Amino acid sequence: MKRLLKYLKEYRVECVLGPLFKLLEASFELMVPLVVKRIIDVGIANGDRDYIIKMVLIMIALAVVGLTCSLTAQYFSAKAAVGFSAKVKNAVFSHIQTLSYNEIDTLGTSTLVTRLTSDINTLQGGVNLFLRLLLRSPFVVAGAVIMAISIDAQATLTFGVTVLLLSIVVYVIMRLTIPMYKKVQGKLDQVTSRTRSSLTGVRVTRAFGLEEKEQQEFADANAALVAIQVLSGKISALLNPVTFALINFGLMWLLWEGAVAVNVGRLTQGAVVALVNYMSQILVELIKLANLIVQVTRALASADRISSVLEIESSMKEGTKAPEWNGAPATVSFQNAALRYANGGENAVEGITLKAAAGSTIGIIGGTGSGKTSVIQMIPRFYDATEGDITVDGLDVREYTYASLREKIAVVPQKSVLFSGSIRENIRWGKADATDEEIMEALKMAQAADFVMEKEGGLDYMVAQGGKNFSGGQRQRLAIARALVRKPAILILDDSTSALDYATDAALRKAIREMPNSPTTFIVSQRTASIMHADQILVLDAGQVVGLGNHESLMKDCEVYQEIYHSQFGGENEK
Amino acid sequence: MKSNRKIIRKILHYLKAYWFYMLASVFFAALSALLALYLPVLTGNAVDLVLEKGKVDFDGIKTILMQMGILVAVTAAAQWIMNACNNHITYCTVRDIRQSAMKQIERLPLSYLDQHPTGETVSRIIADVDTFADGLLLGFTQFFTGILTIGGTLILMLAIHKWVALVVILLTPLSLFVAAFIAKNTSSLFRKQSETRGQQTTIIEEMVGNQKIVQAFSYEDDAEQIFAENNEALRKISLKAIFFSSMTNPCTRFVNNTVYAGVALFGAWAVIKRTLTVGQLAAFLSYANQFTKPFNEISGVVTELQNAITCAGRVFELIEADPQAAEKEAAAVLSDAKGAVEISHVDFAYTEEQHLIEDLSVSVKPGERVAIVGPTGCGKTTLINLLMRFYDVKSGSIAVDGTDIRDYTRHSLRTSYGMVLQETWLKPGTIRENITLGKPDATEEEIIRAAKLAHSHSFIKQLPKGYDTVIGEDGGVLSQGQKQLICITRIMLSLPPMLILDEATSSIDTRTEMKIQDAFARMMKGRTSFIVAHRLSTIKEADTILVMKDGNIIEQGNHDTLLAQGGFYAKLYRSQYEF
Repeated sequence: MKRLLKYLKEYRVECVLGPLFKLLEASFELMVPLVVKRIIDVGIANGDRDYIIKMVLIMIALAVVGLTCSLTAQYFSAKAAVGFSAKVKNAVFSHIQTLSYNEIDTLGTSTLVTRLTSDINTLQGGVNLFLRLLLRSPFVVAGAVIMAISIDAQATLTFGVTVLLLSIVVYVIMRLTIPMYKKVQGKLDQVTSRTRSSLTGVRVTRAFGLEEKEQQEFADANAALVAIQVLSGKISALLNPVTFALINFGLMWLLWEGAVAVNVGRLTQGAVVALVNYMSQILVELIKLANLIVQVTRALASADRISSVLEIESSMKEGTKAPEWNGAPATVSFQNAALRYANGGENAVEGITLKAAAGSTIGIIGGTGSGKTSVIQMIPRFYDATEGDITVDGLDVREYTYASLREKIAVVPQKSVLFSGSIRENIRWGKADATDEEIMEALKMAQAADFVMEKEGGLDYMVAQGGKNFSGGQRQRLAIARALVRKPAILILDDSTSALDYATDAALRKAIREMPNSPTTFIVSQRTASIMHADQILVLDAGQVVGLGNHESLMKDCEVYQEIYHSQFGGENEK
Repeated sequence: MKSNRKIIRKILHYLKAYWFYMLASVFFAALSALLALYLPVLTGNAVDLVLEKGKVDFDGIKTILMQMGILVAVTAAAQWIMNACNNHITYCTVRDIRQSAMKQIERLPLSYLDQHPTGETVSRIIADVDTFADGLLLGFTQFFTGILTIGGTLILMLAIHKWVALVVILLTPLSLFVAAFIAKNTSSLFRKQSETRGQQTTIIEEMVGNQKIVQAFSYEDDAEQIFAENNEALRKISLKAIFFSSMTNPCTRFVNNTVYAGVALFGAWAVIKRTLTVGQLAAFLSYANQFTKPFNEISGVVTELQNAITCAGRVFELIEADPQAAEKEAAAVLSDAKGAVEISHVDFAYTEEQHLIEDLSVSVKPGERVAIVGPTGCGKTTLINLLMRFYDVKSGSIAVDGTDIRDYTRHSLRTSYGMVLQETWLKPGTIRENITLGKPDATEEEIIRAAKLAHSHSFIKQLPKGYDTVIGEDGGVLSQGQKQLICITRIMLSLPPMLILDEATSSIDTRTEMKIQDAFARMMKGRTSFIVAHRLSTIKEADTILVMKDGNIIEQGNHDTLLAQGGFYAKLYRSQYEF
């Protein structure tokens, strides 16, 4: 929470004025029973109608002033709460931009999205409520007690004991129910998870004839949920009756004490009515306070989750060098590089030593989980090598600034992600100031020009969120065009042509080779056909290098490569 | 409105089981509301016995205080019982509704489930039912007591003093008008706010969800810029919306205070005229203080209830969707299937407009291995849906061992097939539970033997708790390939008489796949198998290859005869070697 408070500082003035006006309003409200007392003791006792009218006018004036104060308070609180949450959101969003892949993996992007959306909303509501009510309720309670004491000092005991007992009751019930709510939430999550799993697995459950077992398991989870709900319901249902009973017993005590006091002439009838009124006000406020505490607890939990994001520091340090780059392809070299992920035990890949000449093509092949992607992720510093070095144009990648390093590199990731916006906007991710000619050129190279031109509006055609309005192969080609428009020094294709047929794949590779200043290209693939013409092929198996060379030499002396080749081209080369 | 009434009738149907609790709830609600209302009268009476110095009727006060004590105790108890009843009714009803929704899911035809996104159905069963529960609970606790309180207060006020009561009755609707006026004006602001918030969520989901791409393209600054602009817009509209909506409370409170002042004025005059006592005035004032509260609550409850009914409607839509065709009465049980599958003149379409399979006929002898190949969308998966009777044929028939599959029980037909799909599904639970889905009574040796055959034993052993490792909804730590291996292990364990393998090894790397092929080959011996695959090595060894295109079988034969034909298959085969 502390980390977040600094964002509230800018709204210091609003944070003071909001509660202040709220307190003013409460003070006016506290004066009403006093006015009523006057009406009874002076106006009615003397039969003075003018006096009564005067007092009623005062009450209306109090109501008007109260309304004004209250509206002012609402405005300042809303301004502070909304402004605060906007600031926090910007800060968290910016902070996420600085995290490295390792941190993003550990947190998971879905968590980050929830924290940025629902958690911050909860927090905003909590702050707003806090500013408006949290000071007000205790103030009214304290004020009512003080006013009561000012009417009759001997009422202190009655009020003190009642308020104390009420506070204890409210506290105990809250202590019991808040953890229970968490349990309810946990059980509900289980029911949700069962439901989703039954739906996604409906074919399998039916294939194995397990419908009844599924139902039974759901019924169990459901029953566990209801059991805890009913239990927590029974306890939280205590809150209202118990407070109601306590306050009324207090009231009865007060009436008796009042009767005694009036009998000896220490109090007037009107004073007793006023005391009774204050007691009722306390009841109303305490119940409000209890509800408020629930909400504020929730907001605090959200605040914790948000600040934990802000606390995470990137595990990578940015370099300082930004050498000039004239658009020429780059040399890349790995010296005994290894990568171990933050949340995975063993090295994902190790012992990579490789020199890629400027403009050459490197193929990387191996089974699933053999570490192909890990190798190429170290070049743009998505992950830092945990051992060894990687240099680009002779300079260690850790010495570049992020921007100057990544400017040279274009990556086409395994999962082709597009963003909502026009095709043009999507391609411009690769090069912010690309002209339409440059974009068309990239689309042609990526074999995407045909289907883009068929779309209504061509480059202006809107891509839906997640690129849903394109087929998998089309998305891949657009992602490739987005990379090519950069005219990078290093091009990385991470298994990114899997949805393309062989002919398109081949045409694409030919286009890249024929680019002016053709980039140093890394092709990760499961298909031998995609990489067999590369200058060098790196063969990986379970994170180890088991072969490095061109197609012909590997076919001679790399057993793993031969196996992969035969599994795909079995027909011609039966062993 | 009419459909609302229907929904309410259905809700009542579910509530019927808890009629006793409902009765108790209503009774105790009425009791507590009326008793609570009577308290101010007693307090007022007590105040009237406390006139001035020396004029205090202590005996009278004692009696009144005793009455009050009993009243308070009874009211509190009644409140608690009412709340407990309401909780019980609500949570149990919700449980029943969820249970029947779940039962329905098991009975729904796959066409329904395929057409409705999982997220949507889950949200009906979870979120909608929750909203319904909230509304129901609020309705029970506040609606009824609210109305009783309003009615009771009115009667008591009128009984004490007609004219002063009239002041309250005339002034109170003002607060309703004020509340309605503000609500009407803020709703458009809220709509704008939720639009802007929706845009923000999209930005967040895209940029943060794809944070790796954002960084790969050094797009961080642009992303921040886009976000900051939207965030500022949201801040402005939120401030307006929140401020205007938060005017409701102060404004109704203002009206309330005015009513209070009005009661004080006319009440005091009445006291002077001796038509009202001071104690009665005190009672009046406390009524005036409370009177608007139930009004505000009820208007809140009405919105909640409407919301609840809408949500309940969505759940009932699911519960009442047409279930799959009932089993035939004399449905036979298919056991120890030999595996003769006869598909004759089958027509099938998911939608009226688009015919997927037309006049399809294939005859498969027991123990034959059938490979199905063809471009995406050619109907391969549809054929499997029909074989498993996930969907029923539109016309024509499919027979197993000479009997139409619609004459078997679904259960016996489906368990005769062993199915491995491209999309792996693991249920939340231990690995062991997942492997033994088809054979719950398997021994440890059997499990391990099957796992070794499927090449999953070695990685399962390396997991923290081996076969007892609990995996989450999405398979958690397991890779796609490992999940597929577990699905294969299931089949290796249960060994059903027929097999369906739909791209069963697509996520497994080619080398492991080659090793599993042996095990597969042994398993397929003597078992009729349908295999959808894109790897030629798998297809080549099939007894029959069905080449499908646009829902029709365009070529049929084995690898050599099809190559010799030089048709679509031959073309497809050669394209894998071209550049």
